[in-house]
Amino acid sequence: MSNTGVLTMESQKQVLERLRGAFRSGVTLPVHFRLTQLEAMMSLFEDNETQIIEAMHEDLAKPKFEAVLSEIEIVVNDICYAISNLQSWMQPTYVATNLATKLDDCFVRREPLGVVLIIGAWNYPLHLILLPLIGAIAAGNCAILKPSEISRATEKLLAELIPKYLSQECYAVIRGGAEETKTLLENRFDHIFYTGSQSVARCILLAAAVHLTPVTLELGGKCPCLIYGRLDMKAAAKRLVWAKFFNAGQSCVAPDYVLCTAETRDALLPFIKETLESFYGSDPQQSPDLGRIVTDRHWDRLLELLKKSEGKIVIGGESDKKTKYIAPTVVVDVMESDALMQEEIFGPILPILTIKSLDEAIYFVNEREKPLALYAFSDESQVVNTVLERTCSGGFCSNDGIVHMSLPGLPFGGVGASGMGNYHGRWGFETFSHKRGCMMRSWLLERVNVLRYPPYNESNLSWLRWATTAKKKGWAGCSVM
Amino acid sequence: VEMEKQVVDGLREVFQSGRSRPLQYRKQQLGALHRLITEHQEDIEQALKQDLNRNTYNTSLFELISIENDIKLAESEMADWAAPRPVKKNLNSALDDVYIKPEPLGVVLIIGTWNYPWAMILQPLVGAIAAGNAAVLKPSELSEHSARLMKELLPLYLDKEMYQVVTGGVPETQELLRQRFDHIFYTGSSAVGKLVMEAAARHLTPVTLELGGKSPCYVDKNCDIAVACRRITWGKFANCGQTCIAPDYILCEPSIQDRIVEEIQKTLLEFYQTDPKSSPDYCRIINTRHFDRVLALMNECTIALGGESDRSQCYIAPTVLKDVLPHFKIMQEEIFGPLLPIVTVNGLSEAIQFINAREKPLALYVFSSDKTVIKRMLAETSSGGVTVNDVLMHYTVDTLPFGGVGNSGMGRYHGKHTFDQLSHHRACLIKSFAMEGLNDARYPPLTAARLRKAKFFMQHRLCSCSGICVWAVIANLLAIGLLVALIVVLNVNILV
Repeated sequence: MSNTGVLTMESQKQVLERLRGAFRSGVTLPVHFRLTQLEAMMSLFEDNETQIIEAMHEDLAKPKFEAVLSEIEIVVNDICYAISNLQSWMQPTYVATNLATKLDDCFVRREPLGVVLIIGAWNYPLHLILLPLIGAIAAGNCAILKPSEISRATEKLLAELIPKYLSQECYAVIRGGAEETKTLLENRFDHIFYTGSQSVARCILLAAAVHLTPVTLELGGKCPCLIYGRLDMKAAAKRLVWAKFFNAGQSCVAPDYVLCTAETRDALLPFIKETLESFYGSDPQQSPDLGRIVTDRHWDRLLELLKKSEGKIVIGGESDKKTKYIAPTVVVDVMESDALMQEEIFGPILPILTIKSLDEAIYFVNEREKPLALYAFSDESQVVNTVLERTCSGGFCSNDGIVHMSLPGLPFGGVGASGMGNYHGRWGFETFSHKRGCMMRSWLLERVNVLRYPPYNESNLSWLRWATTAKKKGWAGCSVM
Repeated sequence: VEMEKQVVDGLREVFQSGRSRPLQYRKQQLGALHRLITEHQEDIEQALKQDLNRNTYNTSLFELISIENDIKLAESEMADWAAPRPVKKNLNSALDDVYIKPEPLGVVLIIGTWNYPWAMILQPLVGAIAAGNAAVLKPSELSEHSARLMKELLPLYLDKEMYQVVTGGVPETQELLRQRFDHIFYTGSSAVGKLVMEAAARHLTPVTLELGGKSPCYVDKNCDIAVACRRITWGKFANCGQTCIAPDYILCEPSIQDRIVEEIQKTLLEFYQTDPKSSPDYCRIINTRHFDRVLALMNECTIALGGESDRSQCYIAPTVLKDVLPHFKIMQEEIFGPLLPIVTVNGLSEAIQFINAREKPLALYVFSSDKTVIKRMLAETSSGGVTVNDVLMHYTVDTLPFGGVGNSGMGRYHGKHTFDQLSHHRACLIKSFAMEGLNDARYPPLTAARLRKAKFFMQHRLCSCSGICVWAVIANLLAIGLLVALIVVLNVNILV
């Protein structure tokens, strides 16, 4: 059965039933099955690199360079990581016991949840849906993928390739728009993984509450970039420009706006200009390495922001509706009340706000919702530490942007308005698992159990207290029982 | 109505001032909480006696010891828990600092329940304090003496600008839930759990829900039935069955049903003597509403033991019901009372099917001397937690995460797990401006060479997954090299 068309509510239910049946049969439990599926995912990437790059190009005019790094390499890396570590992740972890339970086996089993729903986004259409899928497969679940309908070419490619490479019993792609997603959410899932906006996230949480379904929400926000103190201007400019204009600014962890002093700004601007030229040439519209805005509607939104802004455009500002092009643009003299500061920009426009002190910058950031990422550029480790200690964000990176999400050892996720839960590497496996605490008691020492039975008396209580009290570190070796 | 908003706003302001950041402050607060419990142990026991006719022994065993242990653990381990946790790097980040930094979330709401009114609120509070959060505590109004005592005592010991108790009923709870919290920790029923999650959705607030369900207890015919029944009796009738992880019902083969009833009868006699009503060790049902509810569950059933009741005291005798059928009312809801139904099944497979046809429970129990039975039960079912060959005990091991799954809840706590649950795990990458040369590989304009270099440094895999391991090759080359060197040396020796 290939899911190339959009499904009715009934057919959605049928797909869900099929997957639930497969999960109940236990087919996803053996490590061999999970490894085979993960290896099949690898082949999906290896066999279809050209088609993937083409689909990215069709959806977002994504440059080949970006498509390879941010849609293929990052996912393939995570698949390999999962394949090499899956056996150890699946092992039960034994935990320390107290005196009263010394003869017992206490361990944590990681078990699959069941049938999970993964809803993707359009800005990294393959990455944001397949990276979570790695964790779902590794943890032994069945999964329904609901790719974004905005990135149409990728949606079509996924609908074609997933059933071709992965087990059709266990994994399915369901296509559709807002209506179809709404009816899909009326069903019961064992976990919902959503990447996207805060407003939709609220609807998802409400739908999940009906069934007590746990959720992971990867949302957005305005990721601040504080640039302060002594710095290597050239390197800072390069890294800032790279992180900001990658995917034409359409990354949930792109530095949204910059906070710095007027002096820093004036010193930085020439380097930013220089970097933009070295990256995209003197006419960025001609560069094959700069992306485009995903739809006319989003392009309109960005132009509207620029128009309403009361700041001064010092770099860029050009645009072309036909090709959905917006030049890499830097706007200065932006105030807190500016249009550019009212919503997540998600485009190639970089406002620079000036502050007089680090305290002011930190205060500014803390007045706002907790962002998905926060950046601090400075050669002075004091500055970096101060920002780190006095702010809160999903993730933090000093002297660079975005790259913290390419490290599989780090959990990737938001906090507060930027989301809940996390994934990448082992964290994906953990997100889609239930950690079941298990205790195997011995039949022996029933005489010790007597201490807890009625009729109750004081002396039993004090023995029990002694046996169950947490011992300080270093006493672990002193168990007599 | 205004009050709840004022409370939360006030706490948030104080939290943002950074008061709870220093570990010293958190330890101080935990120390104060410990003193509250030890100095007022008798008052707490008295309150519980009035709320649930709880015996003082039981209070210590089931509530106070766990809280005290959690406090001591948090005090001694806090520095470790709060320290940055380094993680694996790839080639690109070899010279960087990469770690996870646990941080407080902000203002957390802890909603308690009436069956263990102190433990269900104070154990989460210990983790909240240790993690550096501010907290609003909302004890259950059903255990009203405990609620009143908590409201009176807490501000005498803890910093009342960071931790506050709000008492009241449904309207006060609803008003609290309209406010914005950074985490909501709720213990109670699945029905209310859904409402809590719904309220939290409005503010995108993460939740921990410790709910309930019917915790099954499978007794295999291959086991020491006498010991099994003693342990089950203890866990079932403690707190008069009002424990979220009490064994709700027994599944066993028909051939051992009578033996089980016999052993439970013997044990009940030993524990509560001939008249449990007059035993100081047997509790009561919390109120008449629950008394009526539990009593009604007995309607269709065959009483094997007990069955007596006294509404004026909210007393229901320890009761065992046999030959209970799956469609009986008693099998449709969590009992939360001293009725123990036995449902017969024809062997392990049927028991597993029975369990899997129902919602995932908070706890699952299996008694067997046969390792394969235990293995199958663990592998083929799901539940929040498991104790094999006993009941309740997995709750007491604080290194085990305690929580539900599916209808029995989400999230986990106890010991370090509470700290982790009420912290934000912030991913941190600390880079310097050095090694800019490495970064060059990722910058446009694209060239084949740059792409190759970028891919290489991104990898954290040293094997291409087609099976050729770079290190294996290098190791082999080195080995061959060494072998050749050895041969040369030997030959030289011979020549010499």
